[in-house]
Amino acid sequence: MLRVEETQTPVTFSPELIAKFDDIVSRYPAGKQKSALLPILHLVQAEFGWLSTSAMDKVAEYLKIQDIEVYEVASFYSMYFLKPQGKYVLEVCRTGPCEIVGAGKIMDYIEQKLGVKEGEVTADGLFSWRGVECLAACGYAPVLQIGPEYTFYENLTNSSVDTLIADLKAKAKN
Amino acid sequence: MARKLLLEHINVPGINTFDVYRSKGGYAAVEKALKTLTPEEVVEEVKKSGLRGRGGAGFPTGMKWSFLAKPEGVARYLVCNADESEPGTFKDRYLMTYIPHLLIEGMIVSSFALGAKVSYIYVRGEMMPQIRILEKAIAEAKNAGFLGKNILGTGYDLELYVQPGGGAYICGEETALLESLEGKRGNPRIKPPFPAIAGLYGCPTVVNNVESIAAVVPIINDGGEEYAKIGIGRSTGTKLISAGGNVKKPGVYEIDLGLPVEEFLYSDEYCGGIANGKRLKAVVAGGSSVPILPANLFFKTINNEPRLMSYESLADGGFVSGTMMGSGGFIAYDEDQCIVRNTWNFTRFYHHESCGQCSPCREGTGWMEKVLHRLEHGHGKLSDMDLLVDVSKKIEGNTICPLGDAAAWPVASAIRHFRDEFEWHVTNGAEAVTRNYGLAHYADPLPKKEEPVA
Repeated sequence: MLRVEETQTPVTFSPELIAKFDDIVSRYPAGKQKSALLPILHLVQAEFGWLSTSAMDKVAEYLKIQDIEVYEVASFYSMYFLKPQGKYVLEVCRTGPCEIVGAGKIMDYIEQKLGVKEGEVTADGLFSWRGVECLAACGYAPVLQIGPEYTFYENLTNSSVDTLIADLKAKAKN
Repeated sequence: MARKLLLEHINVPGINTFDVYRSKGGYAAVEKALKTLTPEEVVEEVKKSGLRGRGGAGFPTGMKWSFLAKPEGVARYLVCNADESEPGTFKDRYLMTYIPHLLIEGMIVSSFALGAKVSYIYVRGEMMPQIRILEKAIAEAKNAGFLGKNILGTGYDLELYVQPGGGAYICGEETALLESLEGKRGNPRIKPPFPAIAGLYGCPTVVNNVESIAAVVPIINDGGEEYAKIGIGRSTGTKLISAGGNVKKPGVYEIDLGLPVEEFLYSDEYCGGIANGKRLKAVVAGGSSVPILPANLFFKTINNEPRLMSYESLADGGFVSGTMMGSGGFIAYDEDQCIVRNTWNFTRFYHHESCGQCSPCREGTGWMEKVLHRLEHGHGKLSDMDLLVDVSKKIEGNTICPLGDAAAWPVASAIRHFRDEFEWHVTNGAEAVTRNYGLAHYADPLPKKEEPVA
């Protein structure tokens, strides 16, 4: 069930972001600007980290569609976050082929290492994690991805998870 | 070494750039098609090739193309389905990552054949790196005059765009994909009308898988008849197989259709056998949606003929003792894998990915997941197996799109072939939580090769 997270923070889209929206809309025939919805939501999420109601309403206004048309799409697709996340969201593939080579153990390890349950954010705001369905990388399993560029980390082990988390912590400090 | 039509140059340094791809004979198919063939002749070559859709359904590509309606003054679209999400399948990711221009070249030739002036490649949103790669390749091709206005001076115009998805397996179904491309939820449409009549924006549209479109390039270069000489029977050409699970060498392999499954699994050119010196228990040959087969039914058909990697041979025996080619997502399970757990995992996947439009699928996948969860965790009942089969039968064939069937088959086949393992989970509930049933009588009948345990 969709629960639209209420925030009072109004959202503004920069002229640079609007220019990117315009470029996407130009790919479709006149009057079919709604086709730009999914790519635009990715850009908005990359900018703000998640999709707040005010951000979605702004997108609806830009595309000249109803607010509900944005909410129903944002809540249907698994990549869109409808509540705030950690700066880095570790998304671990948990489907069949990853599972049989240890995805479950990797998720247990990440949970223990970060000290938060699936979907929760660490106290420093840096990390959250969740299991996701097949990422089409079964030959390199277990795998995880980190948005907004969806960088891939393959053939995971506990020690490669340690390295990854340490690297991200260092990156966040700089 | 087997011949390679798609992956011939995959290891050439810089093959992901236009210049290197071009220097290896790339874009010759565009020159040949646009300068020397009519669109109808391109369609004819693809028909002659016998190419069957590589996304999973295996429908002949040339025939699909010939169904495209061509009303005057109405735009036509080609949409490439790069929403690769079938568990076990990762060939399109591989192709787009390492040799993106092959897909771009195939898109240009195919768009020309269909009379499309604007074409889209719908890539699953999680493949953002691949989206960047394709966008770069498109810019390079455009810069070289292979895209845009008046391509190669032939008067043919084509714009090509990459569209990201939002993370939904269902968008691999072609009408759900079109809905998604129109900026909506990925709910499959009721057919007819088929996309060939009313697809994207209500216009005639063809949706083809990445590998199918890439295969158009060698078909045009060598001719459809040459392509059809490869393979066996109605399984013509080469096919990319994604090998994963407990094989020694996971990866993407291009095979001639008709290769014996034993050779594919055990030869060092391909999977190299089972990892860690273990024995094979079961195989999912074409992605999670196809029936799982125990090893003892996999290598030989019911008529005791060697089973081949072809549409017909894999399906030999129907669902009683056969399976399907599907998308070529090959998952091997070793003796330590639990079939109940795997079936539960797949069912959770289908429950998560059901779009919710049809009740049998929306509710049925959820109930199957619950029952399988209790079986896996030692709380099942002996009647659960019949219950699961009953639910799966009520989903199968009763939904708008094939996701329902895809959710039903893995469950029905697992119980058909591994019922004793399911029963053991009930009768030995406590033990089933701590250890697996093991190989039982499902072992592959081939003599075990001596190899050191890693």
